[in-house]
Amino acid sequence: MTEPVLRVQNICKSFGALKASDDVSLDLYPGEIHALIGPNGAGKSTLIKQICGGLMPDSGRIEVLGRDVTTLDTVARARMGLGRTFQISSLAMEFTVLQNAVLGALGARGKAFRFFGNVMKDETLLAPARRALERVGLEEDASRRTADLSHGQRRQLEVAVALTLEPRLFLLDEPMAGLGGGGSKALTAFLDELRHEAPILLVEHDMDAVFALADRISVLVYGKVIATGTAEDIRANAEVRRAYLGEEDAA
Amino acid sequence: MGRERMFNAAMVLALVLVPLWAWMTAEPFIITLATKVAILALAGVGLNIALGLGGLISLGHAAFFGIGGYAMGILASHAQTATPLMEWPFLIEGTNQMPVIWLVAVVASALAALIIGALSLRTSGVYFIMITLAFGQMLFYFAISWSAYGGEDGLSIWVRNEFPGVNTLDPIQFLAICYVILGAVLVFAARLARSPFGLALSAARQTSERVETVGLTPFRLRLTAFVISGAITGLAGALFADLNRFISPTMLSWHTSGEIMVFVILGGVGRLYGPVVGAALYILLEHLLGGVSDYWQVFLGVLLLLIVLFARGGLIGAITGREVAHD
Ligand SMILES: Nc1ncnc2c1ncn2[C@@H]1O[C@H](COP(=O)(O)OP(=O)(O)OP(=O)(O)O)[C@@H](O)[C@H]1O
Ligand SMILES: [Mg+2]
Repeated sequence: MTEPVLRVQNICKSFGALKASDDVSLDLYPGEIHALIGPNGAGKSTLIKQICGGLMPDSGRIEVLGRDVTTLDTVARARMGLGRTFQISSLAMEFTVLQNAVLGALGARGKAFRFFGNVMKDETLLAPARRALERVGLEEDASRRTADLSHGQRRQLEVAVALTLEPRLFLLDEPMAGLGGGGSKALTAFLDELRHEAPILLVEHDMDAVFALADRISVLVYGKVIATGTAEDIRANAEVRRAYLGEEDAA
Repeated sequence: MGRERMFNAAMVLALVLVPLWAWMTAEPFIITLATKVAILALAGVGLNIALGLGGLISLGHAAFFGIGGYAMGILASHAQTATPLMEWPFLIEGTNQMPVIWLVAVVASALAALIIGALSLRTSGVYFIMITLAFGQMLFYFAISWSAYGGEDGLSIWVRNEFPGVNTLDPIQFLAICYVILGAVLVFAARLARSPFGLALSAARQTSERVETVGLTPFRLRLTAFVISGAITGLAGALFADLNRFISPTMLSWHTSGEIMVFVILGGVGRLYGPVVGAALYILLEHLLGGVSDYWQVFLGVLLLLIVLFARGGLIGAITGREVAHD
């Protein structure tokens, strides 16, 4: 049996009386897309934040590539190979699209403490940045100001920046939001391939994408994982239908 | 980019032509004003690296300006009385050589910036402003009580310090020295902004979350910027002391910090020539309006208010429009 790339064990996190993570365990294996679904406020983004190091769990343990990272900070975990996208875009809005991608390439290659040379002429950074933009379909927009991008394009750029890091695993928080039908189809096809480069923990509300892509699905409700399994398992699960998918059918 | 380049070129031309004209018509006072502009601009260029590029609102840059000034004052005063600074554990003597003084000023203010930055950069927002202010005031009160170097009254240096091959007593030659330094530092600042470090620092100003996610520590980027920034402002302090041949705790007061910030805001925060334009405008206003009314700073206040409210890019922004992201 291969080792999981990511292993979350019994994570608990409360905000006052609210249990945002209630004994959450899940793992991510090489080559896999593991989707994390659940209603709004279920605690999906909170879990991603704890995996990335932006938020300390109250208890529990997080392992990345077999190493306990529970006490490491965001920077150390990023260096280990976490490629994360934010649900609410966190990009340098004054930068061009290309500059944001170059920033990723720069961070991943540890070149931030170079004080000379034009960073936007450095081919070792430009090449991976351009390639990442191309892969998400933003190459035409490379010289646009990030603040001028549409919501969907910002989501694409989030993914592109994560690509420049050449991470060991991806944590994507609702990458499809705001993309529109064509865009999410293209991204679905892209993620389908991407899983072979590095496994993906995918938080997504777009059920078509989730059921098309996920090898496994975990359902989070009120901070608790109520079910984990293949798409068929989840579709057939009565509790899931009641708690979550039922709402979708009704809508 | 075109318009800003042209504006900057016009600024440089004015800075060269005005003193040249003053020199030909024997108006040494104008030359002194131009020297003051160059030195204060240099202090602003330093602050602009922390403020414009790094988004660090430091209200304590007078500390570095003053440390640069006192580096000059202490070294030169020992040189003029021919008494060593210390004899044990090793002998350190004073000097009247500008290059040595500059080096000491840069190293001392960089060190101070490293300590102040390491402590204050753990906070942000209003707390950061307050802590930098507090450090500045601490040094200010220390200087007041430091009677060995003039205490409250300050310290006069009788003769301007020397630079090999230049007659520093000739106003136009001293101005030339200041221009060369300002020019070199502007080139450095421009390159820094375009460098990998500049990109990362600028990103940390906009979103530190993103910077961490790509594996960089915002604190380290900011501390480095703060040290570079403090060192440049310290160098300006040493030159300012040489211009006046006088140092006093005023150089360290929060009023001085405020003035340096005013240069940057007037000209344009984050604009390469912002502090140059700001310092020139400030000195011009002080010179023109200061003669008319003792309350000229009220006008300055109104101008500052208008710029903060309506022209976020300062005077340069108002004239040349929004900054184009570099490519
Ligand atoms: N820092 C915080 N302090 C207090 N409560 C928080 C904090 N962060 C999140 N919460 C709460 O925790 C719960 C889970 O939030 P989270 O953002 O993880 O949900 P989510 O599953 O990502 O929802 P969505 O699908 O809307 O993105 C919500 O009720 C939210 O209000
Ligand atoms: Mg969320």
